Amino acid sequence: MPAATLARTVLLEARRGALPWLALAALAAGVSAAAFLSQVALTEGAALQLAVLAALLRACAVFLIAAQVTASTLREIHDKGLELMLSLALSRTTHYLGRLAGYAGCGVALALVFSAALLFWVPPLPAVLWGLSLAFEVALVAAAALFFAMTLPNLVAAIGATAGLYLLARAMPAIQAIAGAPLDAETWAGWLARHAFGAIAFVLPRVDAATRTEWLVYEVPAPGAYAAALAGLALYLVLLTAAGLFDFHRRSV
Amino acid sequence: MTRAVPTWIVVLLAASLAAQAAWRGALGPPHLAAEELPPAPSAQALRLAAFGEAEAASRLSMLYLQAFDLQALDYPRLATWLRTLLALDPRGQYPLFAAARIYAEHPDPARSRLMLELIHEQFLLDPDRRWPWLAHAALLAKHRLKDLALARRYAAAIDRQVRAEVPLWARQMEIFILEDMGELEAARIMLGGLLASGRITDPAELAFLKQRLQELEKR
Repeated sequence: MPAATLARTVLLEARRGALPWLALAALAAGVSAAAFLSQVALTEGAALQLAVLAALLRACAVFLIAAQVTASTLREIHDKGLELMLSLALSRTTHYLGRLAGYAGCGVALALVFSAALLFWVPPLPAVLWGLSLAFEVALVAAAALFFAMTLPNLVAAIGATAGLYLLARAMPAIQAIAGAPLDAETWAGWLARHAFGAIAFVLPRVDAATRTEWLVYEVPAPGAYAAALAGLALYLVLLTAAGLFDFHRRSV
Repeated sequence: MTRAVPTWIVVLLAASLAAQAAWRGALGPPHLAAEELPPAPSAQALRLAAFGEAEAASRLSMLYLQAFDLQALDYPRLATWLRTLLALDPRGQYPLFAAARIYAEHPDPARSRLMLELIHEQFLLDPDRRWPWLAHAALLAKHRLKDLALARRYAAAIDRQVRAEVPLWARQMEIFILEDMGELEAARIMLGGLLASGRITDPAELAFLKQRLQELEKR
């Protein structure tokens, strides 16, 4: 199956590159930071350790995948490797989906390693739920990074756009809450800004609802809320994939 | 194959590294303790800065607050910080732990009272989870501030507001404070009411409280 072969190639490239070492370094840095901070905490030392470690691992997983996808894709484009691949008897859809599956596989591997590390602090169920959610979230970031790497001409722009989309999505609930509490005398500019943020939020994924640290520190989510969070990520993954396919088919390579 | 690096570059690298270390050494470590506590941001602003990682942000902010010198702390500003951190992560216990165990134990009664009132105010928002800190506040009011009326107010709040299971000593606190205040009649009525309510099921506790009631009736 050509798409599976492409996915395997992407996974092999990641394994032979720096990704496994960077993942281990992130893990070591997270555990060290958490251990240090828990030494200065007067109470809730374990909760502090867990909250800091989970937040760091989540951020590292997202950044590593975004960097891996954009660097790998843009190198292939600049080395004319993409043109060579497109000359093979493979449809563009197969090519794009195979590549995306490989990057998503990298994300799943990262989520597996990071959530396994959390088993030292939490029972299996919260770690599994957090890890599965992280896998979905990182797959979504991989899809965004692939879309921007195919669309934008250089590495900084592609990583910047991916990071911008992700961070804006994470910050949007807080932005909306701030914008939703106007001063007594609201101006038309304030009203416009509030509705503009509301409109932007419609086209952003609810990454803030997924991979929540509170699932590890307090209690596991209700099944309905958990399913809704994952479904939201899956829906946005499909949207990004469709947008990427649309752009890739229009591309005159 | 590696090539030899010109000597002047090696010297420049070593010298600039030494200069950097010397510069930082001359500046010394930052003394956060000597600085004034800045005004607290809003919970939403902190949530935004932490990109939604409320649990980590709340606990890291507590470590930040801990770094300030207790004697020089601006308590009204500190109270605002603690309110913000509790709003950011309402299930976190760290802010109330610090309020009860560190900040309320300040030798200045005015500062101590400010923290005790903060604990009471925050207890009312989530009595079932936050009662242990109000129980500690009642003990501080009784033994440190010698303000039995305040201690009784906190003890009464625990008895009336908490719906979750709490140890007997916490529910009885008001009765013992009433005894200390010399309000024996009120203490008798409350203890009798507690026994009649059927909430006490442990035989040993029941026997202890009945004995206590008999002692009160003899006084």
